[in-house]
Amino acid sequence: MRTIDNSAATAVNNGVNVEALLSAREALGNAPEAAQFKWRASCVWLNGTHSRSTIGNFFGLTAEQARDKTFTVEADHPQVFAAEDNAPTPVEIVLSGLASCLTAGVAAVAQRRGIQLHKVTALLEAEMDIQGILGMDDDVRNGFGAIRVHFDILADASEDEIKALVAQSQKRSAVFDIITNPTNVFVTVN
Amino acid sequence: MRYATTIIIGAGQSGLSMSKHLTARSIDHVLLERGQVANSWRTERWDSLRLLTPNWQTRLPGYGYAGDDPDGFMTKSEVISFLQQYADVSAAPVLRETRVLRVRQEEHGYQVSTNLGIWRCQKLVIASGACNVASVPSLSAAFPPAVISLSLLQYKNPDQLPNGGVLIVGASASGIQLAREIQASGRPVVLSVGEHVRMPRTYRGRDIQWWMNAIGAMDVRYDSMEDIERARRLPSPQLIGTPERVTVDLNSLRQAGVRLVGRIVGVHDGAVQFSGSLANICALADLKMNRLLSAIDEWVKSNGLIDELAVPPYRPAATDIGPDTELSVNLMAAGIGSVIWATGYRPDYSWLDVPVVDRKGRIQHDGGVVAAPGMYVMGLPFMRRRKSSFIDGAGDDAADLAAHLNQNLTRAAA
Repeated sequence: MRTIDNSAATAVNNGVNVEALLSAREALGNAPEAAQFKWRASCVWLNGTHSRSTIGNFFGLTAEQARDKTFTVEADHPQVFAAEDNAPTPVEIVLSGLASCLTAGVAAVAQRRGIQLHKVTALLEAEMDIQGILGMDDDVRNGFGAIRVHFDILADASEDEIKALVAQSQKRSAVFDIITNPTNVFVTVN
Repeated sequence: MRYATTIIIGAGQSGLSMSKHLTARSIDHVLLERGQVANSWRTERWDSLRLLTPNWQTRLPGYGYAGDDPDGFMTKSEVISFLQQYADVSAAPVLRETRVLRVRQEEHGYQVSTNLGIWRCQKLVIASGACNVASVPSLSAAFPPAVISLSLLQYKNPDQLPNGGVLIVGASASGIQLAREIQASGRPVVLSVGEHVRMPRTYRGRDIQWWMNAIGAMDVRYDSMEDIERARRLPSPQLIGTPERVTVDLNSLRQAGVRLVGRIVGVHDGAVQFSGSLANICALADLKMNRLLSAIDEWVKSNGLIDELAVPPYRPAATDIGPDTELSVNLMAAGIGSVIWATGYRPDYSWLDVPVVDRKGRIQHDGGVVAAPGMYVMGLPFMRRRKSSFIDGAGDDAADLAAHLNQNLTRAAA
């Protein structure tokens, strides 16, 4: 059993309970089956390109985890796509997922490293050639050509320490991994 | 059935260092060596390999480099001679061509079955190395059969390869060395780069190993590390030993024409897919290298060495992977006829019939003291110290473990 020096970490507060995360890692090391999670979303078509997803229970730590509320996320397409623009597009929600994942990571890593954050903003831009989704050119992929993320961070740390926060956050980000690496997708229909 | 108080498995730098310390303590022992002294060096490494550490650092208990090129890097055959001479000078009781087939626990020690009969011992030292098996990811099975696939244990030189493109998976010490020589042989290389450790060969006029040694990094102990498992998993630094002391990094390889791609993540319809995370992988390595160089600069300052060094602090250029890293390469279209898996090594404990190996194949030990009575292991990455898997690390580890072994012998006798 190793002790972890939290003397620096306790001096800062980014609102992240690092001790809980570390003890979870320790516990899961001895029980890898508890680390097997399942995340879920359900989606219902409303009208046109407008839909509403509902997010509630998930599975993890060998049991169903019930939340005391459910969340909804709507998506639609803008008027230039002849849609009603009731909500952001799904690809923008993907960008927001990446932004939130990396931002949460920055906070967690900063807490772990004893770095007080004052401001973290991320600006994301993704390139897309819509000839792909319109079926005009098979050589053009449907998805993003590239994603650019720019972080603006104010923290009690050197420039390199802040860069290292952002790099480590990418290294441990689920959404970054989902986007940068292939994933098998199985779709069924009844 | 023959008996020795201690049996050492393997006569490389670790086994020979332990032998030296046991002899000094008058503990009778034998070294069981499956082939000849320095067998891995003789049979399982590529032709051009030189040590990554300079000659002055190639030292074992009571023995060291005595030539006129202390800053050079030994070739493979020089390493073999060095270890053979050490075995001769220290009169190590090596039993050659003695392959261990099985080790099992007995009431007061271990029974060691070999191709030349059965031995028993009270204490067992596993010094068979950290690089017995080439680690090759399971997705290698998805490659088209027409593509020649070589592991690090199989690759000897570029002449083994067909003409045309070569995919090298892994960009640690072995991967960058192979990329350099295979690209130079006229075969265009695609280099798949995962997490790596970047280091310049020299910094401010001294070898990086000199600095690592000077600042105490090589002596950092395993029990002072917050996350020792992570430290043990770290890939070997991107270093090469050459007479010219060149630095080989991703920038120099790209300049030589090597195409850099991300970590391999899949094979589909004859196309190999690579992760889009390469930029961050390189950013992490650059940041980490710069932290090491800053630590060196701090050490220089606090030791008043500034006047001795003609070269002020500087930083190698950030890794430039170019604007359009490929995410997928079609092997046929790119003319790639061979793939080399420079994806690391792992030890082989298939002969060890004692429950000390975890589900990931790692032997359970505390700084080399294995979780079974009287059993020790040596030469694993960061086993007791950062230098544990280096030739220069064998001596200190052997001294510690021989002391531990001796203490237990004394207690058993009392």
